[in-house]
Amino acid sequence: MSAWPRAAELGLIGCHVCGQVCSMTDADDGALACPRCGSTLHRRKPAAYARCWALLIAAFLMYIPANILPIMRTASLGDIDDNTILSGVVELWVKGSPGLAVIVFCASIVVPMLKFLALGTLLISSRRGSNWARRQRTQLYRLVELIGYWSMLDVFVVALLTALVRFGYFSLVEPLPGVVFFGLTVVLTMFASMCFDPRLIWDGKEDSDD
Amino acid sequence: MTDEQPGTLPRPVMRKQRSHSWLIWLVPVLAAIVGLSLVVNAWLQAGPQITISFQSAQGLAEGKTPVKYKDVVIGKVEKIRLSDDRSHVLVKVALDKSARSFATAGTRYWVVRPRIGLGGVSGVDTLFSGAYIGADIGNSRTPQQKFKGLEIPPAVTHGEPGKSFVLHADDLGSLDIGSPVYFRRIQVGRVVSYQLDKDGNGVTFAVFIDSPNDRYVNDSTRFWNASGVDVSLGADGLKLNTQSMAAVLAGGVAFQDPGGPHDNTPAADGASFQLFADQAAAMAPPSGPPTYIRMRFNQSLRGLAVGAPVEFLGINFGKVVSVRMDYDPRTQHFPIIVGALIYPERLGQAHAKLLAQAKLRGDNADLSHMVGTLIAHGLRAQARTGNLLTGQLYIALDFLPHPPKASYNPDARPLEIPTAPGSFDKLQEQMADIVGKLDKVPFDSIGKHLDDTLAGLDVTLKQVNGKTLPALDDTLHDARKTLGTANDTLSADSPLQQNLGNSMQELQRTMRSLRVLTDYLDVHPEALLRGRQADPAPVAPKRHATQPDRSQP
Repeated sequence: MSAWPRAAELGLIGCHVCGQVCSMTDADDGALACPRCGSTLHRRKPAAYARCWALLIAAFLMYIPANILPIMRTASLGDIDDNTILSGVVELWVKGSPGLAVIVFCASIVVPMLKFLALGTLLISSRRGSNWARRQRTQLYRLVELIGYWSMLDVFVVALLTALVRFGYFSLVEPLPGVVFFGLTVVLTMFASMCFDPRLIWDGKEDSDD
Repeated sequence: MTDEQPGTLPRPVMRKQRSHSWLIWLVPVLAAIVGLSLVVNAWLQAGPQITISFQSAQGLAEGKTPVKYKDVVIGKVEKIRLSDDRSHVLVKVALDKSARSFATAGTRYWVVRPRIGLGGVSGVDTLFSGAYIGADIGNSRTPQQKFKGLEIPPAVTHGEPGKSFVLHADDLGSLDIGSPVYFRRIQVGRVVSYQLDKDGNGVTFAVFIDSPNDRYVNDSTRFWNASGVDVSLGADGLKLNTQSMAAVLAGGVAFQDPGGPHDNTPAADGASFQLFADQAAAMAPPSGPPTYIRMRFNQSLRGLAVGAPVEFLGINFGKVVSVRMDYDPRTQHFPIIVGALIYPERLGQAHAKLLAQAKLRGDNADLSHMVGTLIAHGLRAQARTGNLLTGQLYIALDFLPHPPKASYNPDARPLEIPTAPGSFDKLQEQMADIVGKLDKVPFDSIGKHLDDTLAGLDVTLKQVNGKTLPALDDTLHDARKTLGTANDTLSADSPLQQNLGNSMQELQRTMRSLRVLTDYLDVHPEALLRGRQADPAPVAPKRHATQPDRSQP
């Protein structure tokens, strides 16, 4: 695989937006723009590691209060119940909705954790220029991209319930600060995965590219 | 511009370098700041942790049950666990930072649950929201971590304006914590707590009177139990006296000043009062300490109940507390021992004067010697009928005009008052006497004699019927005949009547001539001697007296 030539070796650079291929020499440093559509040209996403790490760390920092703070308040006939994500899952399970509990658990706990782990793995392994399971790592990246927004499920649930359940004293659902942090987590992880350039996976050590 | 040479690729446009990649690190820094601020905030907000012990954790939930003071949440239950000896539950509460002052000695905690009683419903909000822990702060500033939770909510919160008073009563009645206290039928306070006295001889209440009405309680105020319905039958008819309907059902306490002049100093906080059973008892003069006396009756005391009044000259000054039977083997009698409590101070001035007199004489002021003097003057106890319909008895201490001799030992304890048979007993005795005398009357022979007499009367009547009555009939017949004859004789056309008429005419005439004669003689008295003269020649009819001459036959 690595035997195949890279665009840089051939003196080429492609536009990410319109697909225009341009010739480029090593001397061309600095900011380049597509001659056709005017978009910025770059061989790899700029500062991918730094951005990805920064956003990932920020997301993780947000994930802690998102789990500690309650995300939703359910008030029913004056019986006020504040639930964190995990307590909500437990309550769903105990109250006889194991299916729902599993869904919420997957969307709110498994997926974010998976994203942290996957992105972390990708970042570290790519940085080290590892040759290990490059194809699988690419698939992992695609998976992360795919499932990223499903984590917003929890936020949507809270938002929907808050809007729908407004029966004053009888029944009331209110969002609590936890849901904001959780939303931030999801958004930040999505940005992080966007900042990551999957081509970095293929920039192995033996390649003299980077 | 790009496709002019199919063989060559276009060159990219050069732009100015923008290198702000470090800016992205602001994001995690911001996130860290936010996270740190949360931590710091939580740390700053965290108040003291306290542990409260309760009998039961009913209605409490970990991480949920709030602690409230004046309906403001000041903390939350964190953990509930059993005590080591499993006798109660320990509730760990995380107080807010602002509620630090609640972790001091004197703070009271209790669980607010819905309470439904006759006096009202409280804590309804907890029906739906679940129980919460109520808190009330004290005066102390000493920090304290462990508290003993109250099982019953305190009726008075700290710092409430008003005064609390202590009441002593014989029993609880139908009072409860929270029972209202009335002044002129307006609720001004409530019963805060009650407990048995240490010696078990009564119940001590604490009542709280809200400001500003607490100023109506003064040193001579009387408290009474206003529970129930007070029915009294007096000279002015049947009277039904109650406080409010709620008091009838749930009980209550009322207070009022006694009539007449009295001490008006407002009572001090925590002053002690007697709680009387009813208004009448409360308004009576103060009883003072009771004295136990004993009386020995040699008669049936049917109708004498424990609690019956003891009266001295009609003034109620005590009550019967025991009625027991004794046996005297010497006389084979069953005397009845009646024990009573008397309150000499109820006699008011009389008691005071007697005391003064006793002191003057140098006697000790003990009741026994005074009673001895009174007994020497004829004081005796009698069981009298208070109510003829029900036969209820009461004990009357009265001076009898001719008291039976009695011995009195002033040193005996308890005091023994000699007794005399009651008036009703006397009445009974007299009735028995009368009945005995009536028994002696020979009703049998009287009846027999009466029978004989009646038989004789019967014979007599028969005789009368058979003989006397026919004779009487004849007699009556004859009498009627006689009367008929008499009637005939006296009728208008009878000869007798005619004769009588004639005779009367004759008599008239005779009388007329006699009058002529007397007139003549009046004029000519000499005619008696000389006889009648010839009439003079009539000159003129001057005199009427001559007229009858001519008419004389």
